Amino acid sequence: MNYSTLAKGTLKGDRKAAARLISVVEDEEEGYREAMKIVFCGTRGAGVLGITGAPGVGKSTLVFEIAKSFRKAGKSVGIVAVDPTSPLTGGAILGDRIRMTDLSADPGVFIRSMGSRGGTGGLSLQTSNVIRILDALGCDEIIVETVGAGQTQVDIMGMADTVVVVTMPGTGDEVQSIKAGLLEIADLYLVNKMDLPGAMNTASDLKSMLDLVDDWKGWKPPVLLASASTGRGLDQMLEFIGRHRAWISQPERFLERRSRQARKEIYDLVTMEVHRMIESKFPSVKLDAIVRDVVQGKLSPYEAAEKVAAFAIR
Amino acid sequence: MARKIRVLIAKPGLDGHDRGAKVVARALRDAGMEVIYTGLHQSPEMIVQTAMQEDVDAIGLSSLSGAHDVLFPRVMELVHKNKMKVLVTAGGIIPEEDVPTLKKCGIAAVFGPGTPIEDIVKFHKERLKAKH
Repeated sequence: MNYSTLAKGTLKGDRKAAARLISVVEDEEEGYREAMKIVFCGTRGAGVLGITGAPGVGKSTLVFEIAKSFRKAGKSVGIVAVDPTSPLTGGAILGDRIRMTDLSADPGVFIRSMGSRGGTGGLSLQTSNVIRILDALGCDEIIVETVGAGQTQVDIMGMADTVVVVTMPGTGDEVQSIKAGLLEIADLYLVNKMDLPGAMNTASDLKSMLDLVDDWKGWKPPVLLASASTGRGLDQMLEFIGRHRAWISQPERFLERRSRQARKEIYDLVTMEVHRMIESKFPSVKLDAIVRDVVQGKLSPYEAAEKVAAFAIR
Repeated sequence: MARKIRVLIAKPGLDGHDRGAKVVARALRDAGMEVIYTGLHQSPEMIVQTAMQEDVDAIGLSSLSGAHDVLFPRVMELVHKNKMKVLVTAGGIIPEEDVPTLKKCGIAAVFGPGTPIEDIVKFHKERLKAKH
């Protein structure tokens, strides 16, 4: 299929075309790569803000508040909300919009819900493509909301300029915050639901974890408190998001971050391409034989992998 | 990758009862679909905008408050105005005598109380099969 019409429509600001194209990309329909090439050339460099954290900490409410403030500043906003897909049925309930209903009829806002659909590398690729489509559509600011769990999260956040990790009181002791691996990805920590008991403790736990790192290379993530539903602390958070944006926008820093992201994406795409080549071109009879050899102990999985890989890069 | 069916479950108007909508949402999810739930108190404009942004294959409208005869046709009017190709069904407390009017404005099916949940799933799978 040729989806270049959808891509061109997106560049002209056609929201329906953009919505359709996102589905095409999500479904990885034949020909989506060609369309994405057109989209890539039409991106305008929107700001990308990532919001992550465990379920129920208040991410969607925060996204809603941040989006409203962007709107007040006259900027158009794209929101990508990723919810988990069931690994058993492949289905998903995407409910982030419930917290953002006031924005659904706003012509300056485009909200898209996505299921995580299993794949790790693939997932992040699709998400970055969706960000690009919204960028090309003309969104000035894009907010990506994802459930923070495990390593995949780090992947997704590799696409954002600023990452806010949201937590709340009572989610475990300080060891949890090292375990989750969140220390490496946040530019800003937010302890939401600050009116609940223990908020100060959660904040000071986080701060003492951050103190263990010596070299922050110029930006030490602040730990902020807020209550998204009442609005307390939100101005401060927005101010820090703005400060981080200014910091990251300095040319050499910006280049470094974007280069790292581009490098990762290229690697991911190559991995995908190799997968595709093996799946479509490697003779299944031959693969069956190799599998049999491994099962019978004639061949080690390492040798088998080398054989298959050698075919792919030939 | 296979084409995934996406369905919007929507609650138009001031009706505050969404147990049924949530049960249907879960059933469709368990059938492997991606279900977007709007939450309560949506205007027809909000629902159609959401359906457009989410590029859904189907919209399920739920109402138990008796306002279906005004709100559902308004949704259909906007769907047609925006030239959207989307399967629209309805559910909730809808009197028999209102069904023909709803169908006439383009609603594909009306699922009243007592409808087996499998029927709703089957209906969506069959009607959206052409897309797959």
